[in-house]
Amino acid sequence: MKKKVLTVDDSRTIRNMLLVTLNNAGFDTVQAEDGVEGLEVLEESQPDVIVTDINMPRLDGFGFIEGVRQNDRYRAIPILVLTTESDPEKKNRAREAGATGWIVKPFDPSKLISAIERVTA
Amino acid sequence: MDMNEIKEIFFQECEEQLAELESGLLALNDGDTDPETVNAVFRAVHSIKGGAGAFGLDDLVAFAHVFETTLDCVRSNKLDASPELLKVMLRSADVLADLTAAARDGGSVDKSRTSGLVTELEAFASGQPVPAAAASAAPETPAAEPEAAAPAAEPAPAGTPEATDDSGFQPVPFSFDEFGDEDDADTGAASDTQETAASVFTVRFKPRSDLYAKGNESVLLLRDLSKVGALQVRCEADDLPSVEQLDPEGAYFSWLIRVETDQDEDAVRQVFEFAEWDCTLEVTAGADEEAFAATSASGEDQPMAPVPFDLSLLDDAAPVVTAAEPAAEAQTLAAADSAPEPEPAAPAPAPALAAEADAPLAPPELPRAAKAIAAEAEKKEITVAAVPTAPQTIRVDLDRVDRLINLVGELVINQAMLAQSVVENESGSTSAINLGLEELQQLTREIQDSVMAIRAQPVKPVFQRMGRIVREIADMTGKNVRLVTEGENTEVDKTVIDKLAEPLTHMIRNAVDHGLETPEKRTAAGKNAEGVLKLSAKHRSGRIVIEIADDGAGINRERVRSKAIENGLITPETNLSDEEIDNLIFHPGFSTAEKLSDISGRGVGMDVVKRSIQSLGGRISITSKPGHGSVFTMSLPLTLAVLDGMVVSVANQTLVVPLTAIVETLQPEKNDIHSFGSSQRLIAIRDTFCPLVDVGNILDFRAEPANPIDGVALLVESEGGGQRALMVDAIQGQRQVVIKSLEANYTNVPGIAAATILGDGRVALILDVDAVVTASRGHALRPEMSLPATG
Repeated sequence: MKKKVLTVDDSRTIRNMLLVTLNNAGFDTVQAEDGVEGLEVLEESQPDVIVTDINMPRLDGFGFIEGVRQNDRYRAIPILVLTTESDPEKKNRAREAGATGWIVKPFDPSKLISAIERVTA
Repeated sequence: MDMNEIKEIFFQECEEQLAELESGLLALNDGDTDPETVNAVFRAVHSIKGGAGAFGLDDLVAFAHVFETTLDCVRSNKLDASPELLKVMLRSADVLADLTAAARDGGSVDKSRTSGLVTELEAFASGQPVPAAAASAAPETPAAEPEAAAPAAEPAPAGTPEATDDSGFQPVPFSFDEFGDEDDADTGAASDTQETAASVFTVRFKPRSDLYAKGNESVLLLRDLSKVGALQVRCEADDLPSVEQLDPEGAYFSWLIRVETDQDEDAVRQVFEFAEWDCTLEVTAGADEEAFAATSASGEDQPMAPVPFDLSLLDDAAPVVTAAEPAAEAQTLAAADSAPEPEPAAPAPAPALAAEADAPLAPPELPRAAKAIAAEAEKKEITVAAVPTAPQTIRVDLDRVDRLINLVGELVINQAMLAQSVVENESGSTSAINLGLEELQQLTREIQDSVMAIRAQPVKPVFQRMGRIVREIADMTGKNVRLVTEGENTEVDKTVIDKLAEPLTHMIRNAVDHGLETPEKRTAAGKNAEGVLKLSAKHRSGRIVIEIADDGAGINRERVRSKAIENGLITPETNLSDEEIDNLIFHPGFSTAEKLSDISGRGVGMDVVKRSIQSLGGRISITSKPGHGSVFTMSLPLTLAVLDGMVVSVANQTLVVPLTAIVETLQPEKNDIHSFGSSQRLIAIRDTFCPLVDVGNILDFRAEPANPIDGVALLVESEGGGQRALMVDAIQGQRQVVIKSLEANYTNVPGIAAATILGDGRVALILDVDAVVTASRGHALRPEMSLPATG
């Protein structure tokens, strides 16, 4: 069965790149534009793994991850943070919020896929 | 979708981000202290950088990075958003826009501009702003510097994430002594594994419950590790408490793994990249046969040799793991543990793995913890829900909207034709049909309005672009200018917006260049050294009115007048009102700038602006007060697709006159008509005289003007406030017509703005009122005037 990936990113460019990359790799992809929408889409689409940006309007990546982790059903879902932040402090915050792993932007398609495969069964 | 299409999207998005950036910076400049504004500004630059990185647009990435770093200082309150900083940032936003444009359209951006700003931005970020003077001298600093500096601060390309990511990790103690042992270990191991180049590592891996809480999974890590090399895995379950004490979300197992691989230790460690913080991990070179031996030897119940790890197990077990191995906030006893002590283990590795994977114990214990978490989640959900939701939008291809608009246009025509044929067949006398027709008409009108609303967009993006123009011209001319915008959410058809930018740019340049005085002159005149330019938009009677008001010196009428005489536009005797003098500046070739600057340029004057506004069906006028400034007012139709028109007959032709141009209609009386000069006729309207223009004559429908008394006069207003009475034969009615471009379907016809299809299916021409008025003046400028009635 195809794995379903939820991507959360406010950049249309990045959303499209993720979509193309993930679809080419045989994933089902659902997308959201910010944390608030991400939490909504999460409920509707029941993904197997989440890829999220950090800097987003309304609800940022940290808040989104916390929100997911507080959801009984998704508190153990793998969440990869996709961000250009190289600041260790931010990475720590993402971890503390409950991120499973991360991918540094600009991402290399194969790295993205291998990171997703690493955290999904 | 391919990369080129995504790149296209990227540039579109850049446009939006740049607009967001600028409006945010301007808001900050106006004293906005909302942290969300700073965040939005930061995100804009951040997004551009992120996308640019994906497409390898290095110049853009480098500059955006420096910009972003400085913005981050503001965002984290390390740096104050001072006016000086904002000025630099606004200029940086302009450069960022240029770099984006250069990346899209090719071309390059002046390196000295970029490097100068990079220096200034970096100075702010480091807390030592360079004085403006020093900074503007700075462009001389080697241009290579920012390029060299910026990429260094960049996250490493995705190809080497380990390198960058190390910064996020706790350093893992690593002893080089162990490398020394490697050879020995290898030789030791070689005897029983027949390894040649491969090395052996022993991994001790003890997850803490946090590891599971963050969605990581031991089983998956082991699977990943198996891609590095052949594994021998032993699960140690010494810490597994009795069932009563078992925390279903705890982490009780640890793993002893022997990896045989031709890769290095980093490759082994990298598998645990995501988990490293939430486990104790020990990777040693060489096989720890002793540990394996000790474990197996002292296992009292089930003395077992290391069992080869059966990976096929994972594929089935794993999905269950994700579902049933839930995360836990609770700390477990394992948390404080250091490296696992290899001690006799009770359960055999493989069953233990299965046990953990299936987690059969978990469900009954779950509810308590789950409830607490659910309660917590509910609390959080409220805060999440409180975030205001943005209006839902969809993106639609413009072609589709245009197609819809065309169809609705046809519908309007069709409806009109239907109404007409009903009237002609006299079957319209039944009230039911009339009622239905009326309703149809109303619905058609509503559909049309709704469709038009789809194309309507706020003028904001155009207004925002003007901010930059003002800054540039102000810098060039050494003037202090503050741009104030108002009504930027006023909506108008997209085609109008697209065509608005050019004339507006020209007028803004003109206002700063010619309208506003230098700070010295302003101070001398007792004004604030900073000039104010106000750009406003509002809806007024079905049109959009845009005003550009400056608080400069106003029009120098003496100079305009003498210049006009010099250019032969008027004679020294011509008697002109102030308003008429002001409107002379719209005359072709008129320019009063004492020295032509490269800003306003030679030959491109207000007449060009006027013409482009007119081509949009708009009007422009100026009012000016000496010493207090000038106001340019332009009014434009909200849409270029339909217009309300008066259908008239002229020499057996049907014409449509735009309703917006008509002030009033009147039936001339014989006594009202007066001759003036050889051919000119005037009509007396209340206490003024107004020139009469025979439309049929001017359009060459007939050689001689018809007798005014037989026709109807349409009093129209042209720009500059002058009025003309257009003579037509009869008025047929008033209706909304769909504009069909003549230029697109036929060719440009002087005096005719466009065409339309009437209810009876015939084509009618739409009169270009301004062109007709202009033609009535002949070639020489005879300023239109309302002569006082002399009786």
